[in-house]
Parts: sequence; C-alpha cells; structure tokens
Amino acid sequence: MSGPSLIDSLFQRTLEDLIKGLRQQLIGEQAFISKALEEIRKEIKSTDLSTKSTALLKLSYLSSLHFHDMAFASFHALEVLSSPRFSHKKIAYHAISLSFHDSTPVLLLITNHLRKDLTSTNEFEVSLSLQCLSRIANVDLARDLTPEIFTLLSSNKLYVRKRAVAVVLRVFEKYPDSVRVCFKRLVENLENYDPQILSAVVGVFCELACKDPRSYLPLAPEFYKILVDSKNNWVLIKVLKILAKLAPLEPRLAKRVVEPVCDHMRRTGAKSLLFECVRTVVTSLSEYDSAVRLAVGKVREFLVDEDPNLKYLGLQALSIVAPKHLWAVSENKEVVIKSLSDADPNIKIESLHLVMAMVSEHNVAEISRVLVNYALKADPEFCNEILNSILSTCSRNLYEIIVDFDWYVSLLGEMSRIPHCQKGEEIENQLIDIGLRVKQVRPELVRVARDLLIDPALLGNPFLHRVLSAAAWASGEYVEFSRNPLELMEALLQPRTSLLPPSIRAIYIQSAFKVLVFCLHTYLMQRESTTSSACPDNLPSGVSASVSYESFDGLSVENGGDAAVTHSLTSTSASMTDESIVNLLNLVEIALGPLLGSHDVEVQGRARNVLGFVDMTKLDLLNPSAQEDKGLERKGVEAYKTIELMHDAFSEELGPVSLTAQGKVPLPDGLMLKENLGDLEMICGDIELPSSNSFSFGSPYEEKVGVSFSNLQIKEDFEQSNESTSLLAEHRKRHGLYYLPSGKSEIISNDYPPANDPTSQGNVNDNSDDLAKLTEESLFPKKKPNHAKPRPVVVKLDEVDEKPIAMKKPEAKDDSLSGAVRDILLGSEDVIPTSSRSNLSGKPSSKRRGKEKQDTDPHVESKENLVDDGNPSSRRRKHHSHGKERRHKSPRKKNAEEREDNGQKEKEKSSHRHGRHKSRRRADELLNVSPQTPVIPDFLL
Amino acid sequence: MGIRFILMVNKQGQTRLAQYYEWLTLEERRALEGEIVRKCLARTEQQCSFVEHRNYKIVYRRYASLFFLVGVDNDENELAILEFIHLLVETMDRHFGNVCELDIMFHLEKAHFMLEEMVMNGSVVETSKTNILTPIQLMDKAS
Repeated sequence: MSGPSLIDSLFQRTLEDLIKGLRQQLIGEQAFISKALEEIRKEIKSTDLSTKSTALLKLSYLSSLHFHDMAFASFHALEVLSSPRFSHKKIAYHAISLSFHDSTPVLLLITNHLRKDLTSTNEFEVSLSLQCLSRIANVDLARDLTPEIFTLLSSNKLYVRKRAVAVVLRVFEKYPDSVRVCFKRLVENLENYDPQILSAVVGVFCELACKDPRSYLPLAPEFYKILVDSKNNWVLIKVLKILAKLAPLEPRLAKRVVEPVCDHMRRTGAKSLLFECVRTVVTSLSEYDSAVRLAVGKVREFLVDEDPNLKYLGLQALSIVAPKHLWAVSENKEVVIKSLSDADPNIKIESLHLVMAMVSEHNVAEISRVLVNYALKADPEFCNEILNSILSTCSRNLYEIIVDFDWYVSLLGEMSRIPHCQKGEEIENQLIDIGLRVKQVRPELVRVARDLLIDPALLGNPFLHRVLSAAAWASGEYVEFSRNPLELMEALLQPRTSLLPPSIRAIYIQSAFKVLVFCLHTYLMQRESTTSSACPDNLPSGVSASVSYESFDGLSVENGGDAAVTHSLTSTSASMTDESIVNLLNLVEIALGPLLGSHDVEVQGRARNVLGFVDMTKLDLLNPSAQEDKGLERKGVEAYKTIELMHDAFSEELGPVSLTAQGKVPLPDGLMLKENLGDLEMICGDIELPSSNSFSFGSPYEEKVGVSFSNLQIKEDFEQSNESTSLLAEHRKRHGLYYLPSGKSEIISNDYPPANDPTSQGNVNDNSDDLAKLTEESLFPKKKPNHAKPRPVVVKLDEVDEKPIAMKKPEAKDDSLSGAVRDILLGSEDVIPTSSRSNLSGKPSSKRRGKEKQDTDPHVESKENLVDDGNPSSRRRKHHSHGKERRHKSPRKKNAEEREDNGQKEKEKSSHRHGRHKSRRRADELLNVSPQTPVIPDFLL
Repeated sequence: MGIRFILMVNKQGQTRLAQYYEWLTLEERRALEGEIVRKCLARTEQQCSFVEHRNYKIVYRRYASLFFLVGVDNDENELAILEFIHLLVETMDRHFGNVCELDIMFHLEKAHFMLEEMVMNGSVVETSKTNILTPIQLMDKAS
C-alpha cells in the first residue's frame, strides 16, 4: 500500500461524516458538496479497496439524493465489485444499480462478475447480483446469464429462488428467447406452496399477462387453484389481476372464477383484497349480475366511508362499471353528487366523471343546470373541469344528446359568463359549429350573441375574447335574425372593443360590415318596396366571384341561391329611417376612422373596406342634394347595385366542410402542384412595383366603384387566407389582378384552385345547378340531412369524426416474447390439464411433477400465433423446448384435433440451448391450424 | 412492473431516500421528484392518498415528518401499496426502534437493504418482517 493512499484512508471522511458535515455546513450546500466531490474523485482512485469503496458509497449517496452524476466512477465501481469482501460488494452493487444503464460503456465488463456471484455459495452474494441484474440487464447480459438464472430457478434456497423468479421478468423482456429455457421452471414455481416464492412468481405472471393475456390462458387452472387455495392477500390480489385479464378471453374461465371471487368478497377483512375483487368483477365479470350486485353493494360501503381513500376508489370502481351498468351509478346518485363538493380535487373529478356518465337526452338539461351552479361556486380549476366535461359530453357525436338547441346555445352563453371560465376556445368552436349545422337555432344564436356583445364588461376578460369572436361572427353572418341590427352595430363598434386582440377585432369589423350592408339593404328595400329590385342574376361576376374568397376560413357555400332570397325576405322588426341610416353611417365612420392607422393589417384593411363602402354610399345615397328619385336614377344606382351585390354576397350561406374535403378535389390535368416555383421569384420581383398599385387604397371612390371593390376584395381575401396559405396569398397579393376573375370565374378557379378552399369554384351565384353538380361529384361528402328525430337537423359530414388511425402495433419484442411463451405453453399443455384435474380432486401433483418420465408422445405441437399485428395470422412454430424437461404423459382427449398435425413434425430431443436456437425457425410453409380455443378444456368442462 | 419507484421525503421536501426500479436520468429524476413532492405535500389529511402524475399513480402516506411516496403502474392496487408502505415502516421501526428521519438519513444503506429484501424488480417478494430483517441482523453481527 502506498503512502498517500494510507494517509487517505486514515483521514478519509466516512459517509456519516459527510452527512453530518452536510447538515452543519456553513459554506452553502452546493459548495460543500463540490468540495466533497473533489475529495471523492481523489479517493476513488486509491488502490486501497476500503478507501475506494467508502468513496463510492459517498458518491452513491450524493448521486441518489443530490443528483450528482456518478458516471465517471463506473469503472471504479467494477473494481470494488471484484473485492472478496461482502461489504465492498454490497456498496459496489448498490452503486452499479444506481448508475448503470444500457449505454454505460463498461457494462460489457460486468458479465463475469455477475456470473461469478450468481454461482457463489453465499446466498447473499447471489441475491445482490440478482438484484443488480434486475436493474441493469440488457440484451447481452440477459442472454449470457440465462443459464445461471435457469439453475437458480430451482435452487433449494428459497431466498435465492424467489429472487431468481423476480429477475426472470427482466430477462424475458430483454431476451425473449430465454423464455424457451426458463419458462418451464417458472411455471413449476407456480405450484410451490411457499408463500414467498408464490408471491414472486405470481408477480411475474401478472406483469407478463398484462402485456399479452392470451398467451397465458393455458395456465388458467394454476391461477384458479391459487385463487382458491392461497391465504396470502398480496398473492390473491395479483392472481385476481391475472384472472381479470384472462376471463374476458375465455367465457368458461369467467364462469368458473366468479364464485371464488364472490367468496373472497364476502369473507375477506382486508380492504385491499376486497377492492381488488370488486375491480375484477366490474372490469371482467360484468355479465354476472349477482356478482355485480354484490360488488356494487361493497362499493356503496366504500362510498359512505369516512376514509377519503375508500371513497375515491369507490368512485373509480363506479366509473368502471358505469358504461355497462348505469343503474349502479344511479343508485348512488346522492353520494356522487355530494362528492362534487368534496375537499379533495381528485374525488371531485371522479364524481364529475360519474355525473357525466349519467347524462342522457332526457336529463342533460337538469344535470347541466346543477353542474353550472357548482361551477359558479367552484375554484377555478374545478370550474373549468366541469365546463370542459359539459362541453365535451354535449358535443359528443355531433351533439347527439342535445334535443333543444336553443337551450344549449343559451347554456353556452351562460357558461361563458361564469367568472372562472377559460374554455373560450371550445365555446367559440361550438357556437360556430352549431350555427353552421343547425339552421333552426340561428335566431337564438343571434340573440345569445347579441347579449354577449352588448355587455361591455365581458370585453375586459381575455378568456372570453374567443367567445366574443364567435358571437361577433354569428351576429354578422345571421344578422337577418336580429331584432335590432342597429343595436348590434353599436355593440360591435363600442369603444371597449379596443381591448380585443387585432385578429378578433378584425372579425368584429367584418361583422359590422355585414350588419351595415344588411341595414342599408333593408333600408333600400323599404324605400322602394314598389320598385322591382335589380335582378341578382345580372351581378357582375367580378364581385360575385370575390365572394368566394370570403369563404376562405374553411367554410363553404352550401345551398347558395335560395338562401339569399329567403333571407332577404325575412325582414327585421326595426324599420330603418333616413335618420337612423345617417346615424349608422356616422357611427361607423367615427368608430372605424381611427383604425385606419392601426398597425395590424387585418384591422386596418377591413376598416378601410368598410369606410370605403360607407363613403361611397354616403355620397351616392344620402347626399342631401340628390333627391330620392333623381339620386337613385343617377348616381345612386351605382350605390344601390353595390349594396345589393354585397348583400347577396353576405347572405350566401356557409356550411360546414369536412376536414378531408380538399382531398376530394380532383387534381386538374396539367396542374403541377409539386413543381418548383423558384423562378417565380424573378417574375415577382419584376412585377412587384406596378402591381402594388392595385393593392393600394388610394381613394377608392374616385375610381369606378366596381373596380375599387375588386381591389378591396383582393386585399380581404389575402387577409383571410394568410394564415394557412401565406405563400399563395403572397402570390395573390403581388399578382392581385391576375387572380381577379374577369368573366368566367369558374374556369379561373379551376386553373388556380386556392389551396385551402375546395369550394370556391362553387360560389358562383348564378350557377347553382353547376354548384349542385360539383358538390355531388366531388367537393362535398354526402350530408345526412334527415334525422328522424324531432330535434332540429344537425348537418353532418361523413368523415367529420374520422380520425386517421395510426395505432402502433405491438412491438416485435413483445411479439417474440409471447410467441415464445406460447410455444412453451402449448408444449406443456398436455401436462396442465392433468395437474389441474388432480388439483381439483385434491391430490397434490407436485410429487409427480418432479419425476422425469419418458414422454411417449411427440412433443411437437402446432401452435397458432395470434400476436402478429393483432391479426390472427396463423403461423406455426416448431416446438422443442421439452427436450430435457420431459413430463409424464397425460390423458389428452381434448387436444386431439391439434395432434392431427403432429405427423408433419418431427420430434426433437435436444438440449435447451439447441432447442432454443432451432425453435427460432418458423415453419411458415405449414399452413393453418384451427383456432386455439381448446387450451384449457379439460379443466373447464 | 408494479412498483416503479419509492421515495421518502421530509416535510421540507428534501428527499431522504430514493429507489428507482427503472432507469431515469438524473435530470428526469430531479424533475419527477420535484413535481411529485410539490403535488403531494400540498395535500391535506382530508384528501385521499392517491395522485395521478404523468403515467404513474403515486400512493403516499405520511408518518410523522416523513412522507413515503410509492410510484406504481396504473393498474396496481392502491390499498395494497398503502399496506406495503405500512409494512415498510413497521419493519424499520422494529429494526431501529422508534424509527425517525435521522435513522434513515444516517443508515441509508440499511434502509435500502430492507427495501431490497422486500421488493425485487418492482414486485413485492417478501412480506414477513422477520425474514426481511434476518440478513441485516446477520450482517450487523458480522461487522
């Protein structure tokens, strides 16, 4: 021993010193620790193993509780591991389990250490290395140490054996082929009467069965026996978990198991076991009414218990049973509703789920009423939980349970007024969605929207902005249902709208525009109710096509023409007078004037649109010098036409569009969507300057009206689409003129299907036949307009709820694991029925088990592999693993049909290792086997 | 694998023992412990002892100044885990005699050893106090 290391070891601080120092340090914890780490780094290089191990111990402590990296010490840990002293080994193993993982470089070096200790005569050393293996085993370790594990599985030291059993789980996971070697011994341990072993082995099977229950069906008799015989609650709980997984796969097993489970439920004093029984019944045995009744009775005891734990679990059990036995929830309704105001948020949420489970068409109104009242009083978090579950339950399957949409829409309005409400986005979506889907609800929707818009207080709550945006949209879109559009206008333009974010403000302005047009139109209609109005068919197509760009936000014209007519006929109660119109126009000017300087393009652009329109109409229509008739005949005609056009444009009805609609648009011939548009840059650069003129706002009313409007529309459509199709919009902006359809908008839109808008081509007003044809052909999925119910029609799209399913299939590893397990189990299948029979008749089979007896039957069994991709893609494997582990022959009447194939297979008697390798080959050429039901037949019949 | 980790944390939120049955990096562990401690220590006596966190279910119980937190898989039996915690405390109590936080602090490796006797690879393998303590007593004698 060299000098310095002797001094080191003499003056080395022990772990205890370190801990004490850490408690009394004055220099700050971090500083103290880094000092200690420095020491450790020195000490750990010492050649003296006790110095080294103490350093390692201290390091493990710091790593475990103070999160200091100890990767640098991994090699030192291995050195300590080679010490002959147990206490050193212990420290080393602890450090290794703490710090090693799959990518630790020195992991390769540990194999021999582990092997040595696994074969040690000292059971504690064996235990240490098993413990360590269970934490760090990777594929290589699992493979290399499988033989040792196999030996230990039948060790006569219980202490070692139970650990070997527990470690097997990790080994199987990492190296599925080890199943072929170890599985039999594992199964043998199932029949062990020692509670320690049983506890370990049942734990392992519980984990295995969770991953792939079907493979373990053949073991059902053993599990059943444990269920009946065992007195250990921990073991019983695990067995119940296994059986809960197996029972749904095998009805006969369920039938068999239900009685013992009920027995346990009646007799046991342990709440944990009782609860496990309840859970087993409600998850897997829910067809057995008496069992469910018994379980629900026990759940009731849980629910009324003082202990919040039991209450919580009781509620959980109820929510499991709810889908199949709603009566169980209804019976406990009072407790459940009372729990909504429990002190524990977890309990509250569970009870909320249960309440929502009770919701149906008939009681949705009352339940929502109760819940909204709770939400008013609840803390913010739970309040939003409540709102969320109301919203999601009610909107499920396109508002399946809602009959009275008027009620629901007003509920939405009410919910958004709850102080803690943060569900603005969802409410927004639903308001718009319902508006689009349910025609009959629109008047009520507008009323609710008005109530929301008109309340200046709401504008101050940022969570409500989304709701307000929906309200603004609805009131603009369906303004014809409004009782008082002027009032609506005031609401949309009130000063506090400055609190809104620009994107929503833009929606407000757009809606104000719609309302304005509607008011003017009504006014004109009133003024010349005698004069026949201009025929909508004569619309210049420039404007009508620009309408199509209105629908860029994913909406589309549904049944165009007739809607426009009907809407224009529904007149509002408020009549427009000259004065009110002048006031209206003034209001718009005053409110929107300042926005011309807004920094947000959306707001600014839209404000300009509206103001341009106002200026124009004011000049033409209400010019005091222009007399009514004269004015109309001369300049007013222009304004009149424009209003008419705008009105028609806005009263186009927008319907819902399926998410996948765009995919249905056929790609026009010759359109190269994937073509590189790089050289476009050059062209754009050239054109930019001249074309930007068409985009400017100059003074629109100096130009011809039609043209100025086209410009405005270009701008507008750019704004609307800029989120999703910014590139296209960019292009459109620069080449605005080229996008404006001059005469045949249809053709043009065919050449340039706007990226996000599969329906724009259908928006031509005067071509509703074409529209119908187009929609039939490709654009629209079929609607389902006719609901047999008295409730209003909810427009549905076929694929609306379809989600792309990209479920990951079971991994290959599991696959091979359960495949291997099946191979083994099918091999031992001939044994199991016997043992179970003898078990049932009370004869312990374990004695006979031990004997090895020449099996006269071919071992090779065919086996269907059901695992691949969850499909019953049958595949066979040769099965050999009994080469060594032969068992006595048993009467096998049931397996006859499977045996038929035996002729095709050869009998193999090979060593385990040999069998293991060979069995990887799959006899794919052999085809189908009949489905594998008769796995546990003898036992159950 | 049933039990995924076991933590002992004092009232101030300092971890006194941490045992994981799956590999997590230091950073993951630090974050996980922080989140769990914040979540569980804020709860009151009237609230139930189960908290769902990430993909774990945390079952916890408080003994004097020490919280015992066990992270388990979602389908583990909560009440059984509570019983397990109780067994652990009783075992330590028998060994240390009126076990307290300091005992665990200064005999961390013993506490770990007890846990190792009881739990292996995330499943409970031993529930008898005598069996759990025998090896430790042997070792105490040897040293």
